[in-house]
Amino acid sequence: MSVSELSDQPAAPPADDGSTGGVVGRSPWQLAWARLRRDRVALVCAAFILFLVLVAVLADPLSHWIGWSPIEQDRNTGTDANGLPVGPGSIHWLGTDQLGRDILVRLIYGTRVSLLVGVSAAVAAVLIGVIVGLCAGFLGPVVDSILARLMDVVLAFPFLLFAIALVTVIGPSEPLEIAVIAFFSWAAVGRIVRGQTLAIREREYVEAARSLGAGNLRIMVIDVLPNLIAPVLVYVTLLIPVSIVFEATLSFLGVGIIPPTPSWGNMLDDAQQGAMYQVAWWFLAFPAAALVLTTLAFNLLGDSIRDALDPRTERLFAK
Amino acid sequence: MLRFLIRRVLTGLLVIWLISIVVFAIFFIAPPNVAYLLLGKFQASDQQLVAQVTHQLGLDQPIPVQYWNFLVRLVHGNLGYSYYNGEPVTTLIGRALPVTASLAVGAAIIWVISGVLIGVMSATHPRSIRDRLATLFALTGLSFPTFVLGLILLYFLFYKLHIAGLDWFPGGGYVPLTQDPWQWFLHLILPWITLAVASMAVYVRLARGQMLEVLGDDYIRTARSKGLSESRVTFRHALRAALVPIVTQFGIDVATLLGGAIVTEQVFGLNGLGRLSVTSVVNQDEPVIIAIVLLAAVFVVCANIVVDILYAALDPRVRLS
Repeated sequence: MSVSELSDQPAAPPADDGSTGGVVGRSPWQLAWARLRRDRVALVCAAFILFLVLVAVLADPLSHWIGWSPIEQDRNTGTDANGLPVGPGSIHWLGTDQLGRDILVRLIYGTRVSLLVGVSAAVAAVLIGVIVGLCAGFLGPVVDSILARLMDVVLAFPFLLFAIALVTVIGPSEPLEIAVIAFFSWAAVGRIVRGQTLAIREREYVEAARSLGAGNLRIMVIDVLPNLIAPVLVYVTLLIPVSIVFEATLSFLGVGIIPPTPSWGNMLDDAQQGAMYQVAWWFLAFPAAALVLTTLAFNLLGDSIRDALDPRTERLFAK
Repeated sequence: MLRFLIRRVLTGLLVIWLISIVVFAIFFIAPPNVAYLLLGKFQASDQQLVAQVTHQLGLDQPIPVQYWNFLVRLVHGNLGYSYYNGEPVTTLIGRALPVTASLAVGAAIIWVISGVLIGVMSATHPRSIRDRLATLFALTGLSFPTFVLGLILLYFLFYKLHIAGLDWFPGGGYVPLTQDPWQWFLHLILPWITLAVASMAVYVRLARGQMLEVLGDDYIRTARSKGLSESRVTFRHALRAALVPIVTQFGIDVATLLGGAIVTEQVFGLNGLGRLSVTSVVNQDEPVIIAIVLLAAVFVVCANIVVDILYAALDPRVRLS
């Protein structure tokens, strides 16, 4: 239960310098870190994500050790007498797909794609969102109304359709996929950052900075931005799973990662083609599980980080 | 109120206009060779024929002129003809629209009603088993990509039941409502669930948080001390205030609805707008794509205006000006 968990951390004022008897002063970040470290759900999720990162980095040696390459079609043992994929066994640990390729190795390389696209798109989206939101919220009504309209336009785009159209016209590639995902994700972040900037710019310390002669840029970077780091950190963690799903969806629709390069999305597309998954459950089950567990881990971790940074917020997953 | 409406409709038109420019521009980043597509490989070797077709379609004119002609035709209700099979775009869309409308409206009803109800239920019984189950559901629902959920539903509720000799759910396709309402319902129930679950999770989360906040307010205590029944307090007093952010969220979700519909239609083989758009993109059938994108943008803009009006209806403090 989150209440009991939080109550052993009495609301120590972050700015308490702790000069009284043995109490050590801790910054808000240290407090948040301490809360996060005691959060078992967060630790499990972080460990899982770390595992995924390791898998992605070590994809080459891992696949070498398993003995198959991601695009290698095993013509002898990869398909059965009817040319159908074979199930999990000693030769192919998680079974094979319709072309006799090893599912485990393809999953491993898919992890690389998912993390790379997911993380870079989320980081790019948050960067754009923060810059635009900060400018809209800080630089006065004229800039604000232009940027706010811009965000409205982006949010009103039927983005998946647009992404598909764009990718088809330009031709699918990984950098384009990252750009498309980032382009359709930043506006939501921008809107929230704008709202918070509008509130922060009315604070006394901003006024104080201004009266000391600080310029707009300085106030934005030195006084406003640090107050946005906590929410921004949460957006990044929560946008990563969204971007991973976006990537998988594009690949599933055939406009993401180009086969034969494996990604979880195009593996699921392969599984769906000709209802192959109905005769080969492993073909659907393993990529689906990888995708769902990864999104779940990022969502839970994002929730825990939010909780650790601001214990007052309602916890989605109260223990 | 009227002034507000006029202003919103005008900005809405501005947004749609901007989107129409962007859509138009996208297809000129890398203009597909329409004449080749239309004529096929064999006839396309005839340069004169290619030039003739390009001229007939007006594709040899400067892009601004093409855009202007497009706008003029649009105002006359003519969306052009499909490059692929020559049918009028309005006919194609008219055929696909009922499918997507059935899918989207049904899914939206399911996700809003059940999402809010589950959220209210967990907020009125915080930290109970039901609350835990609801949050667990919200979290897993949120993490399930639409197409994964659709495939899993098909595997268990269609294929496994089919193997067991139980054909409760059809494996795909669409039956018009006017033809057979029961079959229409049966064919759509799995797609509805598929499209609804991810959004439902967001609403459970939102409704729960809002209700918890509102239920602690003074006016709720007043309502209770007046002796009102708990259900009246929950639904008439608390829920009304809690609905405001939920309505806002719904306005945002309308834009994602079409995206979800594309995936759901693809998985369940429903020939709606989503599928039409994917095939048109693959066939580089520009008139159809442009029409669908514009239609979707109009839809999103209208939905946002409706949301703003609802907003004022729910919360008297919001003034439309």
